[in-house]
Amino acid sequence: MLNFILSRMARAVMTLVMVMSFAFIVMRLSGDPATILLGPDAPQDAIDAFRARWGLDDPLWKQYLAYIAQIFTFDFGISMRDQMPALDIVLERIPATLAITLPAMILKLGIGIPAGVYAALHRESIADRGVITLSIFGFTIPSFVLALVLVLIFSVQLGWLPSGGQDSWQHAILPIVTLSVGGIGIMARFSRSAMIEVLGQPYIRTAMAKGLSWRDVVWKHALPNASVPIVTLVGFMVGALIAGAAVVESIFSWPGVGRLIVSSVANRDLAVVQCLLLVIASSMVAANLLVDIAYGLLDPRLRSKRSAH
Amino acid sequence: MAFVSIRDLKVSFDGVQVLHGIGLDIGRGEAVGLVGESGCGKSVTWLAALSLLPAKARISGSVRIDGQELIGAPGPEIEKVRGARIAMIFQDPSSSLNPVQRVGKQIMESLRLHRGLKGAMARTEAIRLMNMVGIPSAETRVDLYPHEFSGGQCQRIMIAMALAGQPDLLIADEPTTALDATIQAQILDLLSTIRRETGMAMVFISHDLGAVSAVCDRAAVMYAGKIVESNEITALFAAPRHPYTVGLLDAIPELDVTRARLQPIKGTVPDPKYLPTGCAFAPRCTHATDFCTTDQPELKRQPDSGLLACFHPAGRYKTETLTRREELV
Ligand SMILES: Nc1ncnc2c1ncn2[C@@H]1O[C@H](COP(=O)(O)OP(=O)(O)OP(=O)(O)O)[C@@H](O)[C@H]1O
Ligand SMILES: [Mg+2]
Repeated sequence: MLNFILSRMARAVMTLVMVMSFAFIVMRLSGDPATILLGPDAPQDAIDAFRARWGLDDPLWKQYLAYIAQIFTFDFGISMRDQMPALDIVLERIPATLAITLPAMILKLGIGIPAGVYAALHRESIADRGVITLSIFGFTIPSFVLALVLVLIFSVQLGWLPSGGQDSWQHAILPIVTLSVGGIGIMARFSRSAMIEVLGQPYIRTAMAKGLSWRDVVWKHALPNASVPIVTLVGFMVGALIAGAAVVESIFSWPGVGRLIVSSVANRDLAVVQCLLLVIASSMVAANLLVDIAYGLLDPRLRSKRSAH
Repeated sequence: MAFVSIRDLKVSFDGVQVLHGIGLDIGRGEAVGLVGESGCGKSVTWLAALSLLPAKARISGSVRIDGQELIGAPGPEIEKVRGARIAMIFQDPSSSLNPVQRVGKQIMESLRLHRGLKGAMARTEAIRLMNMVGIPSAETRVDLYPHEFSGGQCQRIMIAMALAGQPDLLIADEPTTALDATIQAQILDLLSTIRRETGMAMVFISHDLGAVSAVCDRAAVMYAGKIVESNEITALFAAPRHPYTVGLLDAIPELDVTRARLQPIKGTVPDPKYLPTGCAFAPRCTHATDFCTTDQPELKRQPDSGLLACFHPAGRYKTETLTRREELV
């Protein structure tokens, strides 16, 4: 197991270097930060000074090496815009984002999985059809549309909840709901099909033929098997905890990581964008690693495949 | 009265009838074979008896165990029968065990359920059962997972699990089909031994009359959702009456002296959706007359105490084919 984790961590570092290199290339190709930050009418000597200050005049390979070296020393440089360390700017935003993505995640799992499992156990019932219909609705409606509808109803019409900002816990409700609806739908659909798949397996018939009650068949045999594929999806959701709320944060003026992504990309604030990318990529890689470890705990077949390596 | 008696059992899926009134008696301690080609309804018969079919299956008729009706019985009553009175093992042993649970735990689950054994006692008994069905070093392997055993060993574990409930009747649904020939013989041996030692009754489902003859006293031959012939094994082998039984016997390699005798039955099993009007076997039967294509033969008791559903039983048919074969040799 330890060997496995170490090799996966080495792979994770490789992944991160690749992500960061890609980010470097895209950012350098997509426009000159100097003109964007200083404006198109800025005098030439101001632009030259800016470029020199941020090393933008160096050859690309030199910039790249400096950039990689910085990453490995956890030095992400200074924001071109705010003159603060990029890492601080990014870290400062994380709690606000987690304040809405974590509750949303709990709703996704807490509603989506039971709904999907219930639907699978009562296949073709009214409840099942209801779950299918609602979940299709949930994951097809774009979040900005949903957000606008929710604001229209709860802020404009009823006046119950604020439509933007971060002053009280009430401000978090609409962003959380908007964020979770799609995920609940996906989770319900996925749990339903995972459960249906498992219920059709021969070992479920064995468990029934043994004389177990249906309840025990479901809890002791079906659910432990269905949890293996469900964990994959949970992993994706964990990976999106930090970066997955950009649209919702922008709509509700929620000062989280997502909004920082939008503004720093628009401003070509290289240091901040790069730091954001690394933080986001790391969180996804970490989520992946967790999923792999969870797989091993849930499924002995994968565990022994690993130790054979 | 028979221990288990099935009467007029009918099953359909989505409006397509696949069982057309099965009648079968199993006496205490008796071993009965159920034979027929793939899709004739052998598994469905017993899955229906134990309410193990998916909810969409429509079931009618009667299955009684010691007089207690199972068809339509409430769930808890059927759960009391499953595993405790009638246990069932299946064709594909490797996927019939829960892949994420230790095999010992799966056996112990039955022990707790049917014999109230827990903890160390259950574990000891699980190890004893694993030894009994021939798993080497069961003490250490009791904590392994199903994928760490071979197919034959998984089937042995399935048998151990079935024995854990000390059932009166074991339904073995093609327990050896997925296994290679030597393992197959070992499992058949094991089943015979266990039956001798425990005195439990057994239904052995197979498409191989040879395997059936190795473990059973009696066999029923099924075709397209019906029993077409049934008799003592010796009588069935010595004097098969239904042309389909004759065909099945011809398909057993071990019994054949000359290559010419080893021949499969021509044609294929009819689709349950489009069954012929008359005898379902008529289109494949070299002996069918016009009458066979319009009328359905009933299963009738024969003078030799067997049961048969055929208008033109073998006898004449058999000698004819024999002479033809002799020409071939
Ligand atoms: N769950 C199901 N849904 C729909 N049709 C089914 C189902 N189970 C069985 N059938 C149909 O019922 C018929 C009998 O199937 P059954 O499994 O009893 O055959 P069998 O004699 O056991 O064959 P095999 O030797 O292949 O196991 C087949 O036509 C099959 O397609
Ligand atoms: Mg079958």
